[in-house]
Amino acid sequence: MKKFLQYSVLCFAAALILAPFIYAIIISLETVEETLTYPPVLWPSSFAAASYGKTLETAPLFSFIANSFVVSFLVMAGQLATCSLAAYAFVFLKFPGRKIWFMVFLSTMMIPWEATVIPNYFTVRSLGWLDTYQGLAVPFMASAFGTFLLRQHFRSLPQEIYEAARMDGCGRIRFFLTMVLPLSKPILMTLAVYAFLTTYNQYMWPLLITNTDNMRTVQIGLAMLQWDQGISWNTTMAGIVMVSLPTILLLLFGQKQLVRGLTSGSTKG
Amino acid sequence: MQKKRVFPLGQGVLYLLPSLLLFGMFVFYPLLDSVKLSLSYVDLMGEAAGYAGWQYYREMLSSAQFWHSLGATLLFAVYTVFPGMFLSLVLACLANWKLRGIGIFRTLFAFPLSIAVAGASMIFMMLFNPSTGVLDYFLQLFPLPAVFWLSDPNWALFSIAIIAIWRSLGFNTIVLLSGLQSIPEPLYESAHVDGASPWRIFKDITLPMLSPTLFFVFIVSVINALQTFGEINILTQGGPVDATNVMVYAIYRDAFFNQNYSYASAESIVLFLLILGLTTLEFWAMERKVFYR
Repeated sequence: MKKFLQYSVLCFAAALILAPFIYAIIISLETVEETLTYPPVLWPSSFAAASYGKTLETAPLFSFIANSFVVSFLVMAGQLATCSLAAYAFVFLKFPGRKIWFMVFLSTMMIPWEATVIPNYFTVRSLGWLDTYQGLAVPFMASAFGTFLLRQHFRSLPQEIYEAARMDGCGRIRFFLTMVLPLSKPILMTLAVYAFLTTYNQYMWPLLITNTDNMRTVQIGLAMLQWDQGISWNTTMAGIVMVSLPTILLLLFGQKQLVRGLTSGSTKG
Repeated sequence: MQKKRVFPLGQGVLYLLPSLLLFGMFVFYPLLDSVKLSLSYVDLMGEAAGYAGWQYYREMLSSAQFWHSLGATLLFAVYTVFPGMFLSLVLACLANWKLRGIGIFRTLFAFPLSIAVAGASMIFMMLFNPSTGVLDYFLQLFPLPAVFWLSDPNWALFSIAIIAIWRSLGFNTIVLLSGLQSIPEPLYESAHVDGASPWRIFKDITLPMLSPTLFFVFIVSVINALQTFGEINILTQGGPVDATNVMVYAIYRDAFFNQNYSYASAESIVLFLLILGLTTLEFWAMERKVFYR
């Protein structure tokens, strides 16, 4: 009996959380007339998937998604490279001023992107990077958070393997590539998923620096759907469902990884 | 010998170089440049043209709109952070039950993480719609008066907060759940032996043990709240009558619509100081926690 109650509470909570998205799916399957009647139609009469085709005709959603994928992959690859190099140096190389450099890294976390957005816009414009992939991606290719995350993990690797490898004449770079990185696959995956998700979801920066349809990222393209002629609730919701699929899948498969990695830093003292 | 000692110094920094270059170009330089712009006359192309002194700061501090904007920002933080933390704490406690198939519920509770700001905003735009929206329909079933979620100045900020809360539930629940899971089981067992009530156990064991995680979630939530932009840009554009014109939106509007770069830079510096204060608080608290272990 107690178990039944517990499951009921869990189902109720889950339903409440999912409700907005489930309702979006329902609306995407309704006809235009059904979306406009009052009281609202909570169950479509025919489950018409035509809205999905119509959305794709009105807006180049696939091109938006492709753009976001390119940018997210670039940021992901960039962060994996810059963060792992820096974290490696912070953990394994003893160089003077190491603590101070680490503070420099951490201090970037105190500077909100929004507070620097005006000069950054001018920088990217003067580089001729408006409406380009590099303009969207390069500013985000370093991350103090990512470096911190990897550093925490690298520190848990036994220091002896470094000493042993050095004794055997293994170079620093080779040790990094053949020992540290393979031993850190899970945490690198965590950073990859995290970097991808946050970039895919970016809004303000792509809004500022993209002007043409063929460089628009997903979030901006989606927000613009509301201004398009011939768009109605069912097509808009169809667009949202399609655009959300990659992140839903990513989260479904990457969640364990993401959770384990992200929380190991925040809950351990 | 001499060479060997110098070498690691150079090489160590070499590994940091890619990150440092990017930080220099896109974090530190623009921050200094924001300070410079806020103290200068700036032409329409964004070039500083002469020293303006504190003129723009004085203008900002004497403007009712700035104080209103700052107030809206803080109010928005209050609207989102406390309900958001309460709800995710409840969810995390539910997800911590030892039941078969609990993993499915944990995944479902994390779901909002996968819906980005534009998608979430537009779903809620539909839910909030006064003529066909389902929220007002439910209100009237009870029967409660309909609410003009986004067009009533008294409600708009709160309505935007609802979206932000929904979007933050996934992350907060995940983090709080892992905090709950790291509480050692024997603590609960001995409390059970002593016959403590569930509420006592929650109050005297769970909350204190969870406090570091709660604090982490608190700081992250506040910072996120202070940076909310997408929902406002998509749904209200700062309106109605500036009700949702929070700092970040004011910066965006003053810089990129009014081309008042100096003034917007001064606002940026205020936002920076606000967040600087909060993160300093976080680091300070984390440090303290480490000392007392």
